Order: sequence, then structure tokens, then C-alpha cells
Amino acid sequence: MIRETLYTMKSLHRDDFKIEGFRFGSGEKTMAIVGSMRGDEIQQLYICSQMVAQLKELESQGDLDPNKSILIIPSCNPYSMNVSKRFWAMDNTDINRMFPGYDQGETTQRIAAAIFKQLEGYQYGAQMASSYIPGSYVPHVRMLKTGYENIEAAKMFGFPYISVSTPAPFDTALLNYNWQVWGTSAFSIYAGQTNNIDKKNALLTQQCFIRFLKRIGVIRKPVKNVGYDSLLLDEDNLVRISAKKAGLFTAQYGAGDYVDEGATIAIITDPNDGSVLEEVKATTSGYIFFAYNKPLVFQHSLIFTII
Amino acid sequence: MIKTIISSELPIGEQFLVRKNVLSNGNGGKRICVVTGTHGDELEGQMVCYEVSRIIQENIELLDGTVEIYPALNPLGIDSLQRGFPNFDLDMNRIFPGNPKGTMVEQAAYRITEDLKGADMVIDIHSSNLYLRECPQVRINVMHEDWLVPYAKMLNVDFIWVHDAATVLEATLAYSLNSTGTPCLVVELGVGQRINDRMCANLTNGVFNLLRNMGVWKGVEDALPSKPIVCKGDKVDFLNAANSGVFLTEQKTGTVVEKGQKIGAIVDPLSGTVLSEVISPCLGYLFTIRAYPIVYEGSLMARIYKFDEKEKSTGGRDL
Repeated sequence: MIRETLYTMKSLHRDDFKIEGFRFGSGEKTMAIVGSMRGDEIQQLYICSQMVAQLKELESQGDLDPNKSILIIPSCNPYSMNVSKRFWAMDNTDINRMFPGYDQGETTQRIAAAIFKQLEGYQYGAQMASSYIPGSYVPHVRMLKTGYENIEAAKMFGFPYISVSTPAPFDTALLNYNWQVWGTSAFSIYAGQTNNIDKKNALLTQQCFIRFLKRIGVIRKPVKNVGYDSLLLDEDNLVRISAKKAGLFTAQYGAGDYVDEGATIAIITDPNDGSVLEEVKATTSGYIFFAYNKPLVFQHSLIFTII
Repeated sequence: MIKTIISSELPIGEQFLVRKNVLSNGNGGKRICVVTGTHGDELEGQMVCYEVSRIIQENIELLDGTVEIYPALNPLGIDSLQRGFPNFDLDMNRIFPGNPKGTMVEQAAYRITEDLKGADMVIDIHSSNLYLRECPQVRINVMHEDWLVPYAKMLNVDFIWVHDAATVLEATLAYSLNSTGTPCLVVELGVGQRINDRMCANLTNGVFNLLRNMGVWKGVEDALPSKPIVCKGDKVDFLNAANSGVFLTEQKTGTVVEKGQKIGAIVDPLSGTVLSEVISPCLGYLFTIRAYPIVYEGSLMARIYKFDEKEKSTGGRDL
């Protein structure tokens, strides 16, 4: 393993901004894994750090193919993480809306360009992603429908689900979108949480990475986990449930739970007198794919999607 | 007449409201909309909306048609000093035309778009953000250049920037309206979180000039509108910071700068040294200057419209 500083930038009064990477093997650029791009992507950072530890162990035992190159970047944005801001703290721009970047452009465009330069040319790329809608997800692989999405490759993770979605105009500046367009089989990995460490889903995600790396020939020793026969979902076909009322939100079920049609899955109460404003009912039977997880809910907010 | 176009519940005893003031008179059938406040840190439009509303109501007999004023598309952002839409981590001007089945903010964007559709003109007023100071300007996607530049020239601004098409901009309010046949002009002026009285007064005159030219206002013009520079093609130099530091400048927007002229300097207060001097790479019209002094490598400090040979004598304007 080689620990390498991939990018540095001076700050006026802070220590230098640094993006660190961990390289395993050499030769064929096989897989890159990117952790937190936003300052609140703690689960994403945690999983990458655990993957570095695991691959380091495998490498020391001679169980990694030295001719296949792996790059892991646990955090692309330590500055925002250290001040608890989701986006670039100076101007609130999102590095993950700046790809492929521009090395003569604005600060986050330059950071994106530097990251993309490191990530170009890998056969497979995985980014630990998060959504702007607060909530938890069933662990899954997500891909944008660019015409280049590689669903067969995504199945090698053995996640319970693979979802595909139609890109919106602002998605064209995402890493995932640009990675795909530039020839990498790119995956966004949703590992349940964003702001917290969820060890159960982190472990499941690590196992999926190990399985994938075995199947593409990076890991040489037998891997003893079988994984799922992933179900392919089109996000346009998920059943969406929105809050009819605003108020205090308490969920009865979470992501991954099975619910029957008509079951009460959440309750919205009046924040002042505690009266029940809405009993949120499952409008179909199935597994909950996404569950809102904030205590205050706005009218019309998306609170569940069900498979 | 004040109308509420969106009313949606917030969690604790409050409605999220988007309202407009509908001013009508005479038999004219045209509808002109003035909208602002998509970004909560942009306040110049507040004064322009106030002035347009006040002047029309004090001279209602001069109106022949309908003017609708939407002073706050993102009222929660304006009230809480947030550029984006609070609680959603979203730039509201990246989610148009919205989605009737989406989140609260996506539904709001949808209803705003539907409400504006069919207008004879929409003027979407933006300030700059906290970081940059802009001369009064209209920005037009190159796809709509022929259609919209003649209207933009009526708005009494100093600069019209016909910019390249960019996929991410397809989610703006202006793109959503223009691509469905409702003309929309995007105005940028001033700096975030502040109001520049003179710029707002000039734009207010521009709005009435446009109303007059479209047959909606019968008042006489106060003064001839300015002749703006029309910038087309790749004629803008972007000056990005070479170092992180404090950017010091005395430069104003709307000025002509010489090639080699010093625009400012980036300094380090700890060491007491100049890290780099910021020099104009061309003769041209400086239409953007950084207002917030702290910079990182890459931070935008200025934008300059490059003069060609002919423009050296005309200052870039049609004489």
C-alpha cells in the first residue's frame, strides 16, 4: 500500500487542504473507490477507511493481485468535514456538482478536476454517495441512465438492490455521470446513513466491495460470502409516499422493513397539542426502500418509497 | 390585488407562502411579470419590486394591461439569510420546472412555473451573491439570442452577456420558461445581501421602458436608456486567484481597464507580504469584481469583456 497526497491547496489561515489516497497494486487501473465528497458523509468515510484497513491486511498476506491497481480516496473534502459543513465552507458549492472540473476555474472546479484526473481511466469506479433528501436507504448500487450504465457489472457487488434513474440536468455535473461518459463503469453506493456510522450497513457494504473485488480478480483467496441476486429497480417505478400534513414525524418502520398495504408506517402529530394529524399508511405491500428520518416534516415532503 | 399562489404547511404553526401582487388597468391584454428572490441572499429585486409596484399604483391610469409582481420566490431563504431553499440543501434555481409530485420545493417550483407560463414577458431579477459585485446586466442563453436581445436592450442595463448553453442551466426558471415559449430575461446586478439604490433606480426605469415599448405603460420616459455592451462569443476573460489570501482592490464595476493595469493584489496578513498582483490581461470592460475579500486558489476575482480593435474607440457600445 502506498499512501499518497493526491492534491494540496494553500489556505489563508488554515493548515493546507489535502486529499489523500491509498494505492494497492500497480499496472492495470482496475478500481477506484471514492468516499466522502461532502462534509457530512461520515458513513462514507468510515466504510472507505475500513476498506483501506481490510485491503492492507489482504495485501500483507499476498492475497491481492499486484498487477491490478486499486485507488481508495476516503475523503475528498476534509476541510468541510472539519467544520461540519456539507458543502465547501467558503462559498457553499458542492464538489460533486463540478465534474469533470476545470483546472483553471473556481476553487471547487479545480478540486473536482484534480480528483477526476486521479480517477480517469479506471475500469470500475465506486463513489460512496448521499442524497439531498434526509433519510436512510436500503443499501444499494445506483446508476444514472446515461446509456453507458453497466448493470451486469453492478450485479457483481451482490447488493440487495440495483437502482437506475433518469438524470436531471444538474446531475450532468456529478462524478458518477462523468465517470460513465468517460468510459469507467461507475456506481454510486448508498450505504444506509449519511451523518452517522451505521456499522451493520457498513459491514454489508464492505462485504459487497470484497465480493466485487474477488469477482474482478483483484482478491486471490476464496471469499466466503455469497451476496444477493440483486433486484433491478427503476426509481421512476418506486411507490412514493409524501406527507399530507406537516408536524412532528415518528416513523413506525424504517428502510429495509416489509410492510403490508394499509399498515400505519408513520404518525405525524401536532407539535403543540400532540393530536394526531396524519396516520401515514402504506399504499402498497413491499419493502421500504427509503425512509425519511428527521423529526420535523414539511407538508408534501417525500417520506417513504416502497419497492 | 395580492394573490397567494402557494400555501403549504411548515412543521410548526406556519404556512410557506408565495404571493404576488396583480396590478391591472385598461383594456390591454398583455401580462408582464417581475419576479425575484429565488436566491435568499439576493436583495436588489426587493427595491425594484417595491418601486415598480409603488409607481404603478400611484399612476394606475397609465397602465394598460397587467403587471404581476412576485417579490419572493424563496421567502424562507430571504428571511433566514440563506441563498438556497432552507432544509433542502438545494439551489432553487436548479430544480425548475419542478415536479408536481416531488418534494415541497419541487412542487413550489412547478407551481411557480405554471403560474408564469403564458406571460408576455418575465423579468427575473437576481443580485450577485455575497462574493461578487456585478454591473447591471442581462444574461441570455445563446439559444434565445435573436428573440431576447432586443428586449434586453430596453432594460437600461450596461451589459448584455449572451452566454453558451450549459446543460446544468436547463434547470433554471429562465430556461424552463424560454424553452416553452414564455420570454424571460435574467437580470443580474449589485452584490448579495445589499441594495444599491442607484442601480435599482436605473433598472426600475428600464422596467418601465420595456413596459412602454410593449404597450403596457403610457407614461413618458424619464431619460433615454443606456446603450449596453452586447457580449457574444468567447470574449470574456475570467481572473481567478493564483493564491489563497486576502484580495484587496479599489476597482469598481462598469469601468474600462487597460491591458496590464493592476486590478488588485492578494496579500497575506500573517507574513505581511503580497502573494500576487492581479493584472488585467486585456483592454476591456470590467463587469464583475470580487466583493468578498477572502479567496482560495481559483476564486473568481474579476471578469472582463475583451475589446476588439473597433471597440477600442467605441468602448464596446454601438454609437
